[in-house]
Amino acid sequence: MEIPYSVRVRPDTGFTNGQLATWLFLASEAMLFGGVFSSYVILRAGAEHWPTGTLNIWTASVNTVVLMASSVTMSRASMSLKQGRWAVYRRFFVATAILAVVFLGIKSFEYAEHLSRGEYPSVNNALAVYYTLTGLHALHIVGGLIVMLYLLGPGARLHGTNPGLFTNRVANTGLYWQFVDIVWLCVFVMLYLL
Amino acid sequence: MAAVFIDRALVPSSTGDELPTGDVPHMTQLPFWRRYVFSQDHKVVGIQYTLTGFLFMLLGFIVMMVIRWQLAYPAQPIPLIGGFLGVANAPGGIMLPEFYNQLGAMHGTIMVFLGVVPVAVGGFGNYLVPLQIGAGDMAFPKLNMASYWLYFCGGLLMLASFFAPGGAAQSGWTSYPPLAVIAPGQTIWLVGMVFLITSSLLGSVNTIVTVVQLRARGLGWMRLPFFVWAQFVTAFLLLLAFPPLEAAASMQLMDRLANTSFFMPSGLVFSGQKLTVAGGGNPLLWQHLFWFLAHPEVYVLILPAMGIVAEVITNNTRKPLWGYRALVVSALCIGFMSLTVWAHHMFMTGMGTTMSTFFQVTTMLISIPSVVILAVLILSLWGGSIRFTIPMLFALAFLPMFGIGGLTGLPLGLAPTDLHLHDTYYVIGHFHYVVAPGTIFALFAGVYYWFPKVTGRALSNRLGQLHFWGSLICMNIMFMPMFIQGLGGMNRRMYDGGLQYAHNQPLLKWNLVIGMAAWTLGLFQLPFIVNLFSSSRRGTLVDRNPWQATTLEWLAPSPPGHGNFESEPVAYRGPYEYSVPESDTDFTPQFSREARP
Amino acid sequence: MLELLGLPVQASQHASGLDQLLTEVHWLMAVMFIGWATLFLLIVVRFRSGAHPKADYVGTRGWGARLAVGIVAAEAFLIIFHAWPVWATRTPVAPSSGEATVVRVVAEQFAWNVHYPGADGRFGRTSIDLMGPSNPLGLDRTDPFAVDDVATINQLVLPQNRTVLIRLSSKDVIHSFWIPEMRVKHDVVPGLEATVWFTPTREGEYEIVCSQLCGLAHYRMRSAVSVRTVEQFEAFLAQEVRSQTR
Ligand code: HEA
Ligand code: HEA
Ligand code: CUA
Ligand SMILES: [Cu+2]
Repeated sequence: MEIPYSVRVRPDTGFTNGQLATWLFLASEAMLFGGVFSSYVILRAGAEHWPTGTLNIWTASVNTVVLMASSVTMSRASMSLKQGRWAVYRRFFVATAILAVVFLGIKSFEYAEHLSRGEYPSVNNALAVYYTLTGLHALHIVGGLIVMLYLLGPGARLHGTNPGLFTNRVANTGLYWQFVDIVWLCVFVMLYLL
Repeated sequence: MAAVFIDRALVPSSTGDELPTGDVPHMTQLPFWRRYVFSQDHKVVGIQYTLTGFLFMLLGFIVMMVIRWQLAYPAQPIPLIGGFLGVANAPGGIMLPEFYNQLGAMHGTIMVFLGVVPVAVGGFGNYLVPLQIGAGDMAFPKLNMASYWLYFCGGLLMLASFFAPGGAAQSGWTSYPPLAVIAPGQTIWLVGMVFLITSSLLGSVNTIVTVVQLRARGLGWMRLPFFVWAQFVTAFLLLLAFPPLEAAASMQLMDRLANTSFFMPSGLVFSGQKLTVAGGGNPLLWQHLFWFLAHPEVYVLILPAMGIVAEVITNNTRKPLWGYRALVVSALCIGFMSLTVWAHHMFMTGMGTTMSTFFQVTTMLISIPSVVILAVLILSLWGGSIRFTIPMLFALAFLPMFGIGGLTGLPLGLAPTDLHLHDTYYVIGHFHYVVAPGTIFALFAGVYYWFPKVTGRALSNRLGQLHFWGSLICMNIMFMPMFIQGLGGMNRRMYDGGLQYAHNQPLLKWNLVIGMAAWTLGLFQLPFIVNLFSSSRRGTLVDRNPWQATTLEWLAPSPPGHGNFESEPVAYRGPYEYSVPESDTDFTPQFSREARP
Repeated sequence: MLELLGLPVQASQHASGLDQLLTEVHWLMAVMFIGWATLFLLIVVRFRSGAHPKADYVGTRGWGARLAVGIVAAEAFLIIFHAWPVWATRTPVAPSSGEATVVRVVAEQFAWNVHYPGADGRFGRTSIDLMGPSNPLGLDRTDPFAVDDVATINQLVLPQNRTVLIRLSSKDVIHSFWIPEMRVKHDVVPGLEATVWFTPTREGEYEIVCSQLCGLAHYRMRSAVSVRTVEQFEAFLAQEVRSQTR
């Protein structure tokens, strides 16, 4: 069973199936993070005292730079693939995956540091929000990383059989990745800086 | 080409054996488990959803029959199954309060998340949306299979929780903290919900993409059957309203597993012991996040039902749907507005006058599109030539039953009157009128209506009559007295049915009546189950368009093969062209090129 | 209609106002239901296939459609009109403690603890550290204000024809404070103090019903409420002060 419009854009809607699905998925992701962010705002506004200054702004800034860089490499990757420059695409895509790993590495260093100081999620709600929000975001990074590894490994075979579909998949992964980066910016500003 | 199909559709077939099944060879070559178990075909997935959902519904109903025993005869041993419930739940067959609470919470959860929504959205939506828009399958068949199996796992987890130490969740389907954070059983419930939420997110993305992208040639938005519109709006509600609950469920899980205090305020003391959590949380936060989902969820329960009813009514009045545009606009309005009324479940939490005014106004406003939908469906009967087929009986009964349920929502939507009614059996009566003789009746209508498409055979009329009249009468005897009890002040979620309280004494007699009606209702479901199984093997064979209907699914063979249509379907007109003047027949299908064949 | 609804007796000043609104809404519902149900039955009988074998293509047109739009508009108007809150009966401005009898009610699994301030009109200090089986409120009897305080369990005594202001709080989970005859209901959320106020008008015995699922004994989380004349009420308090401070 051949599903139409998985490679080409449907003229009257202007979407491929995968594109539309990615946008819809991102809308629901926005509601998910929106739920956590608004809980954070409500808890913080209602608290008599909200401990600040425990979070490590320094590592978070490094991580922000890492993710911004990965955002650039990701868009270069999907652009090169569209132009048919396979080798360039591979290079940028691998770079993105490496940056994701670096991000997770720094993140786990940050977690370990907090835990070693006895700063568990149960200590106060500031830490509870910190672990939940960054944990949820890190899970999204892990998800993106798994997709990237799949596309670099077994998924790459699709490029031989159906290059159009493969290019779309990479583009949609890129879309998702940009979203996760934007969420990180929100996390960085609202959690670490405020 | 299309004319060929319509001719075939018109030929009454005595045996139907000679009709091509349209099975593409590729399909039959797949091994059994790929064809029927891990199938990616939307029809198989749809049937899986429907059957699993109905089984859960039956389970939810059995749970409720047990509960009604306890309410009718408090603290008397439950007959038949009492001995099998285990000493931890019902020593000597007598139900314990904690078990009552588990059954109550699980009845709500099973019915809403594992029964009705999977059947209405996963089952009917999956099976019919691609057929009605002339597509070969859903846009993402693999995703479709994944969402069924996620649902299945979520369901199994929920069931397994009954056997876990401490039993199943017991804080109501609403799971209000702090109770839910400290009560046993809740962890599995939360994990189960995460599965169900993920499943329904995948499903709704799939449905929306399918409707937007895979509509057949000629099928513009205003030519979509109303059922497709209903599913489309429903999918958006699931997509946008579920994630905040997922966020809330994660936070409640953190509260339970990592000892955080998202929903735990400072200074809690349980039976004289200070609770050792950091505190500073907000229990009402959960309620906001929960109802932000759960109110749209109730429209998820009703919109597909309205879609089914609209299809069945137009087919059986033999005339176009009156006010199609008004229906579509109302469904869209309901969709948008349902995201703005959630706090009408929270009037008693003391939210302040401004907030409560806002939610009272939005609640009253959202009733208006519902009134419009009902009015359109009723006026659509005007001028028809009404055939009282079994699906039509269920669809007709839906209207006044939903009317009763909807109208009793009005006093609940005004804070001053909700003050007396909140958390009483009036609320239970209100929403059961909309979900049971409302939505469940619409689902029954849909089963009787589309069964010939799914199996190529018709359901028995005689058993259908028995099922319909028995269910209609029992449902009313069951739910009408709940309004009396509620107005008189009887609370819901009472282990002993309110025996303790003086003001309930004159109301207790109804518990017996309701119990009797519930068990009789159970008996009246037997003809339905028998009908389903016997007719799927031995029912009268019918041709591909036995109801002489107009929408695209009737173009496909019954049952449709893999890929659904034998050649590309094209829509030449609107969905409900019945009794077109000067036409030879009283129906002109969307797929027939000529107005006059 | 009011008799038909079968509500519990009205035992507070604002009860009749609330019931009035409840009656009005039910009238609206009855009119809408009977109107539509009649039309529905008429149509179903009139247009059954036996009596009307050939369906019309156009359906209702002209007056029919206009009438329908009119009816829906009228219903919309009535519904919106009702939306304008008649919350007035529960004025958001709480009476000052000077003009009202103030009582604290502290809910816990599964009892209602009642705390009267005594003659000085001030509540004594409470602390969760002092809570225990014999002192469920955690009342600090060394506090001067606490000396004349009265604490009861599952027994709320109220004066007739005097405004009472109840300060609600919970020690553990969410409960809901409901006295059906007084038409008073409010959730008791831990961490938040809520106030409700009303004027009991009818002497007699009533009950607090817990209206929020709060655990396995939710169904019997009940307290006696008795409304007495002002003299009897004062006598009760005096009696309790004597027995509790001894
Ligand atoms: C399918 C589900 C469904 C639907 C459609 C509705 C529809 C509505 N609901 Fe209901 N509701 C629930 C399911 C549903 N509800 C559930 C499950 C709960 C309880 C949750 C819990 O606490 O566990 C609940 C609880 C609930 C509450 C909270 C009560 C409380 O806890 O105190 C409120 C309050 O405003 C409310 C209001 C409404 C309103 C105003 C509508 C309106 O949309 C209704 C509009 C419809 C009409 C106004 C009908 C129009 C009628 C006609 C035109 C005429 C009739 C026709 C004929 C006679 C042929 N509902
Ligand atoms: C969609 C939702 C839904 C549905 C359909 C129902 C259906 C029914 N409900 Fe339920 N109910 C809830 C949702 C629902 N309920 C919720 C959310 C609550 C609140 C829980 C809480 O307090 O937390 C509740 C609570 C609730 C209570 C209050 C309990 C309490 O407060 O202590 C009662 C009491 O009588 C009750 C009764 C019934 C009855 C008799 C039915 C009957 O109508 C059932 C009818 C069922 C059928 C007719 C089955 C049809 C299926 C088949 C015949 C299967 C065929 C099988 C195959 C093909 C394999 N329900
Ligand atoms: Cu306390 Cu229910
Ligand atoms: Cu609601």
